[in-house]
Amino acid sequence: MIRLTREPIDYHALTEQVRRADCGAVALFLGTVREVTEGRVTTALDYEAYPGMAEKKLGQIEAETRERWPIGDIALIHRLGHLDLGDISVAVAVSCPHRAAAFEACRYAIDRLKQIVPIWKKENWADGTTEWVHPDGTSQGGPTS
Amino acid sequence: MECTVHLFARARDLAGAGQVRVVLPENATVADLRVALRQLYPRLTSLLEHSALAVDEEFAADQAILTPDAEIALLPPVSGGESS
Repeated sequence: MIRLTREPIDYHALTEQVRRADCGAVALFLGTVREVTEGRVTTALDYEAYPGMAEKKLGQIEAETRERWPIGDIALIHRLGHLDLGDISVAVAVSCPHRAAAFEACRYAIDRLKQIVPIWKKENWADGTTEWVHPDGTSQGGPTS
Repeated sequence: MECTVHLFARARDLAGAGQVRVVLPENATVADLRVALRQLYPRLTSLLEHSALAVDEEFAADQAILTPDAEIALLPPVSGGESS
């Protein structure tokens, strides 16, 4: 299951949703709004998406993850809009028969999400300024798929 | 042909609009579009170098040929975050 939402993410419900009788392991990742980044203090984050493509890419990541590991079920959900400190911006929940696959699949899905899904965040700094976060690619590759 | 390009995040801020129209010759490529965007919106130059272009909601290579009805979007680098 994949979703973009403007509502707070109910990660308890999300985790319950992926549970399966034949899966002994469930892994949940939460991305949350962090207070300090490289010494600067955040008061809020704004998340914006290119929605049609973001949903396509989330669907692609679900398919890729299912191809690579034995998945009972997987859910990826990203929140958009204005988020305050501590709010949950993204959640990935995965169930697998055993824990090695559950951890690996969950890690893969969130790493891939941060690589190819067209969603951007804007820092609202404590000094009142705002700044879109666009790493310049010198230390990481750009998306190609 | 006239192409519409959707801009997001800092690209929208720099161009001053969420959608811009660019006139290109028939069979222009994504690379040609990049050149045109630089000429029309010089402030986009640096960001453009690190941005992907999407055609019909899929990443497009520079040599991809554009059609007038294609949905085109300029995608600045995504945040990525620190993995460790």
